[in-house]
Amino acid sequence: MKYTYYPGCSLEATSFPYDLSTRAIAPLLDIDLEELEDWNCCGATAYMSVSQGRSFVLSARNLALAEKKGWDIIAPCSACYLGLNKTNIYMEEHAEVKDLVTKALTVAGLEYNGTIKVRHLLDVVVNDVGLDTVRANLKRDLGGLKVASYYGCQTIRPEGGFDSVEDPHTLDDIVVALGATSVYFPMKDRCCGGSIAGSVREQALRMSKNILLAAQREETDIIITPCPMCHINLEAYQAQINKRYDADFNIPILFFPQLMGFAFGRSEKDMAMNSLIVSPEKQLSSFV
Amino acid sequence: MEEEKEIRLEYTLARDFIDEVYSIPGGEQIKKCIQCGTCSGSCPTAYLMDYSPRQVFAMVRAGMRKEVLESEAILYCCSCYMCQVRCPQNIKITDVFYALKRIAWNETDLKAPQARLYKMSPIFFDIVRKKGRNHEIELMTRFSLTAAPLEIFKQAPIGIKLFFKGRLPLGGKKIKDLKELQKMLDVCEEHEVLGGVV
Repeated sequence: MKYTYYPGCSLEATSFPYDLSTRAIAPLLDIDLEELEDWNCCGATAYMSVSQGRSFVLSARNLALAEKKGWDIIAPCSACYLGLNKTNIYMEEHAEVKDLVTKALTVAGLEYNGTIKVRHLLDVVVNDVGLDTVRANLKRDLGGLKVASYYGCQTIRPEGGFDSVEDPHTLDDIVVALGATSVYFPMKDRCCGGSIAGSVREQALRMSKNILLAAQREETDIIITPCPMCHINLEAYQAQINKRYDADFNIPILFFPQLMGFAFGRSEKDMAMNSLIVSPEKQLSSFV
Repeated sequence: MEEEKEIRLEYTLARDFIDEVYSIPGGEQIKKCIQCGTCSGSCPTAYLMDYSPRQVFAMVRAGMRKEVLESEAILYCCSCYMCQVRCPQNIKITDVFYALKRIAWNETDLKAPQARLYKMSPIFFDIVRKKGRNHEIELMTRFSLTAAPLEIFKQAPIGIKLFFKGRLPLGGKKIKDLKELQKMLDVCEEHEVLGGVV
């Protein structure tokens, strides 16, 4: 299956293990990725706060470039997914958005006719590839590994459409398909505070703390996520959360394709596990 | 103790404020708000807000422009969309909050009290305009320097850890067709509507 791959800015930097592991597992799952040439930033939540029109235009340039190839877009980053998907939907539903975006695209000699869809990597893995193919690739038995599936907000809300907006299960389904245990995790779709982490740090720490606490109570070995912002909040700030709340969290946060790649027999190094700040070495040692 | 209440006279209210907010795509749906409070009950940051999301909607409709734009409520919205997916009247609540942020941001005299809360977005805005992509290390550094220079020492260890893990590359990538992208963004400026599309 052929797709246009839109990695997004985070996957070039703080979340490069997500990019690396996605590209590594894609061929095994018969996902043929071709990176969108000269893609630009999707605008994320920050652009939306300053200028909605410009955030639509940023996303629309990517949609227009991708439409030339004709394949649906895979966006692994949840903020990119939301931004691109929202633009796609709003252009269809709101004439004034379509008008503005068309004016802007014309200046650059581009056009967009709304013929492609924006898909989240999680959606593609579960619904296009299917869990049978996931199971067929297993090389390691992850039996006994307790995994909490953390979806975050923007993977499933508001327009998502491929999973429940309140009680998502796609990530849990992957965990089960990998042979690991999916722990009870009611905080799985609660906000980590990502978009206010810069402005109201204290509040974001508290929100992330509550998520880690829920995972710790279930003796979670590893949390997996499909979102770069969730990842950085739960992982890079874990030490700060420990200090602020006198806690002792030591829960590795993996991008879900990292765990998939590991279950498919790839080494921890291949999946860039050593680039994580909270190392999963101990938790994964019995499965190596 | 008796609560002090200020009585506002009708002529002091901004009656066009509601039209401003209605102008966002799907914004006219606000008319259908039944003040049920599902939004406030679903909001993870409502307890920090001076006015709950439900109150903000009542205030928008009453034309309490100044109070709404000066309120911290709109800044604490963390864009989780929980209120929006639960709203029984299908109001795009998070979008409305974004619109309120944009109006507040554009009114310089109103942004002073919560200046820090506004600083991340414009820096991001500027980087993307200059490069076509975000450059995380530049964003983090510039935000820290402008918004919270004293916190740099607190945040630096995280940046250093990420850097040594190879997750904060110094060189930001520029897109090839940057000029075209900038022209596209300029088109929006010509069609500026504060609450609305732009």
